[in-house]
Amino acid sequence: MCLNETPVLSVRQLCLRYGDGCSECQTSLEKNRCTVCGTVWAANDISLDVYPGEVLGIVGESGSGKTTLMRSLYFDFIPSSGTAVLSDYKSGRVNIWEASAAEQRLIRNTIMGMVYQNPLLGLRMNYSSASNIAEKIIAAGSRNASQIDERARELLQAVEMPVSRMSEPPRNFSGGMQQRVQISKALANNPALLLLDEVTTGLDLSVQARVLDLIRKIKARYGISILLVSHDLAVIRMLADRTIVMLDGKIVESGLTDQILEDPQHAYTQQLVHSLI
Amino acid sequence: MNSNYNYAFLDEGSKREIRRSVLKAVAIPGYQVPFGSRELPIGRGWGTGGIQLTLSLIGPADTLKVIDQGSDESVNAVNIKKFVGLCTDVETTNDTRKATLIQTRHRIPEIPLRNGQILVLQVPIPEPLRIVEPCEEATKKMHAEKDYAPMWLQLYESLVKYKKVTIPTEYPCMVEGRYMMNPSPIPKFDNPKLHRAECLYLFGAGREKKIYAIPPHTEVVSLAFDDIPFERESFAGKKCRLCGSENTYLDEIFDPQTGERFFQCSDTSYCQEVRRHVSE
Amino acid sequence: MAYVAVSGGKEAIEESIKLLDYYKSGSDKDIEIEAIENKLGLLVDRVMSEAGLYSRTYAALALKQCEGSIEEAVFLLRAYRSTLARNYYTDTVNTDDMRVLRRISAAFKDIIGGQILGATYDYTHRLINFTNGESAAELHLAMQKKLAGQEPAEIVSCPRVSTGLKKEGLIDSFPQNDLNPHDVTVNMLEFPADRSARLQTLARADTGFISGLAYSSLRGFGQVHPTVGELRSGYVELCVPYPLSEGESVYIGEIMITEVECFNTADDKDQLKLAVGYGAVFGRNETKAIAMAVVDRELDSGGPHPAQNEEFVLTHGDSLEMNGFISHLKLPHYVTFQSKLDSVRKTRRPADE
Repeated sequence: MCLNETPVLSVRQLCLRYGDGCSECQTSLEKNRCTVCGTVWAANDISLDVYPGEVLGIVGESGSGKTTLMRSLYFDFIPSSGTAVLSDYKSGRVNIWEASAAEQRLIRNTIMGMVYQNPLLGLRMNYSSASNIAEKIIAAGSRNASQIDERARELLQAVEMPVSRMSEPPRNFSGGMQQRVQISKALANNPALLLLDEVTTGLDLSVQARVLDLIRKIKARYGISILLVSHDLAVIRMLADRTIVMLDGKIVESGLTDQILEDPQHAYTQQLVHSLI
Repeated sequence: MNSNYNYAFLDEGSKREIRRSVLKAVAIPGYQVPFGSRELPIGRGWGTGGIQLTLSLIGPADTLKVIDQGSDESVNAVNIKKFVGLCTDVETTNDTRKATLIQTRHRIPEIPLRNGQILVLQVPIPEPLRIVEPCEEATKKMHAEKDYAPMWLQLYESLVKYKKVTIPTEYPCMVEGRYMMNPSPIPKFDNPKLHRAECLYLFGAGREKKIYAIPPHTEVVSLAFDDIPFERESFAGKKCRLCGSENTYLDEIFDPQTGERFFQCSDTSYCQEVRRHVSE
Repeated sequence: MAYVAVSGGKEAIEESIKLLDYYKSGSDKDIEIEAIENKLGLLVDRVMSEAGLYSRTYAALALKQCEGSIEEAVFLLRAYRSTLARNYYTDTVNTDDMRVLRRISAAFKDIIGGQILGATYDYTHRLINFTNGESAAELHLAMQKKLAGQEPAEIVSCPRVSTGLKKEGLIDSFPQNDLNPHDVTVNMLEFPADRSARLQTLARADTGFISGLAYSSLRGFGQVHPTVGELRSGYVELCVPYPLSEGESVYIGEIMITEVECFNTADDKDQLKLAVGYGAVFGRNETKAIAMAVVDRELDSGGPHPAQNEEFVLTHGDSLEMNGFISHLKLPHYVTFQSKLDSVRKTRRPADE
């Protein structure tokens, strides 16, 4: 990680609200809801940078806005305002939220990879695992079946999946295996940025450990930048170089992970860290 | 001719409107032009898109040929010929060369069509992407953005599962590198006939209210991965039991008495012509 | 080989059509068109509504021609209607001015203008009347006599139940929209659909299809449990703009329709409001009119269920389209099936071949 380099991703002042908003919103919030007009601010003035090769962790309870941020970056949600630029997309000169639908699809398929908490969102359960990976490769323009085969095999090996099962659909697989297929799909086009949204939540502890270990290996092997969302500080401690703490749609604290764990400043972070110990 | 109805059944306004849609379709090869499909005395799903094209284009100087499954005498072909005859008095023929206007279901004649001939194809489901996306609003966007990856994925999935591309008829093609098109339920055997042809191909879907076209000399390429060539139905080692042709699309026929399996040309008028030729 | 035989299709069709007469030859009794029109009135109503053509006589004629098949009769009327030029659009009909024959509200006991039960099978016991032998002539005469002694009541304009609720602000009011409707008989229906296109499509839809969808929504595949705010049926006058002087219209006749407004509760920011679903059909097809109102509301609200999916609802309920496409499966598919067979066989060959 090098903080002097150009960030892979820069987000500035992302807001996503449900409701029209009013002039008193910012002063009348109760949690993330305006008591005057009832507007809910799911993401409220979020700015962050992800630098090459780093893992940026985002921690917070459910409803804090972590997933809103992630899904906005992957174009699943449409932000109300804000900008995001990727160094790999038009040299960071164009706000990706203003790109055309076709351009956004290209960004999704080539510059970013996403792993959802719920595999149903990330996988086609009735297509083979090979096809799930192929979807990305085809979207990036490849029309050579044996090259696609070869790449799918390579990726499944990288996530320690038995290649013999590549013609099986993910619905036949366990939760941990489904996450592995999702990860291999996300890596298909060597993206600059990997988005991981609560990837181990809901898995058995032993399976969790193996998936986390896999992510560590992938980071080492590909040197990829990762934005990692989790409500679990243990996961953050294990993987994240820097960490952002979110509460009620806002960033309340950010810094090096070790620093945040050892010397939390915000009352909420302190509470989180103490509950971990 | 039944004088209770207008020439070619539809009123002139409707015919003109359909011709306008045809012009647009010719101008944008492979693009599905929506049109206000009219109701006909023939069932929706029974070729009403094709018939509306035929009725809007036909004039007294035309010679009409209608085929169904390659056969001039099939019930549906006869029925359509009868209907068009009832309201136009136009001359009909079985001879592919003599026809100026040919309406067909599921086949393209074996004899290459020439400049000046129009082949009207009946289309049940015009949307090639329907097998991967049921919603019209979504497929319209996919065409607009040329987002055809889901169809390629479908092809790839069948390679993974069966080692073969298993789409039988309605095999999708790219037209002039822009629009993906459903060639109607013709067998893959007929797909290459669409490529750089001399004639005009018109496609009409009455129930789905779409018209599209392949003008002469248009590039039409059946979808295939770079390393796996497009493959037609194969009749290797088989030939027509009537005329002996080895290069035509064959129907498979069982003799219920003997249990024997025969093959014969699906294009009946071609088959007859070959036989006539041989006997002469 | 059967019926696509290389030759003989023409003769087969002619013989088949002749054979249809066999099914009509079982009795030497005839049914007069007038009798169908007047004794099978609800059947006639349904055919007119699904055909989108208001003509009792032609509907009766069509029904007689096809042994009473609803889909065939609708087909005949549609095909006929298709050849008629559309010369005029009528003025918008204000159903407040309906000559009401029946009017009920399940929402309020007392409504302005009053409830009129009118003619309905709702409160009959469904017991087959085995004699069913009333003399048509006697019935006709008796009714004529009864009516002859009565003065026709004056038609008073009768506001809809929803009008009051609109004034109270409980139902959203919308500005008058006099734009020409999107006519689905001359334009392709596109999505998202205009409301006029939606209502026209629903009004012409197959009764069974719409009723089934509405039922699915009531049973839980939807969120509507509506109250029939008002159901009224009766005659409305049709006028077309007089071509020679602007602003004037000419009366061309009256048609019978059934109109329904259903009320549902709906979110209105942090409070509730009432939302209206609207249904209107030719004749006295009440179930269809209610079902239409339910589906109209479901489409407004949207959601994951079939009845809430605009494209699903509006593309699959047309009698002609659904019956046409299903019945086309009877056509020979030899070429396509041969191709399918080829695909199946190819996957079953050893890979090295």
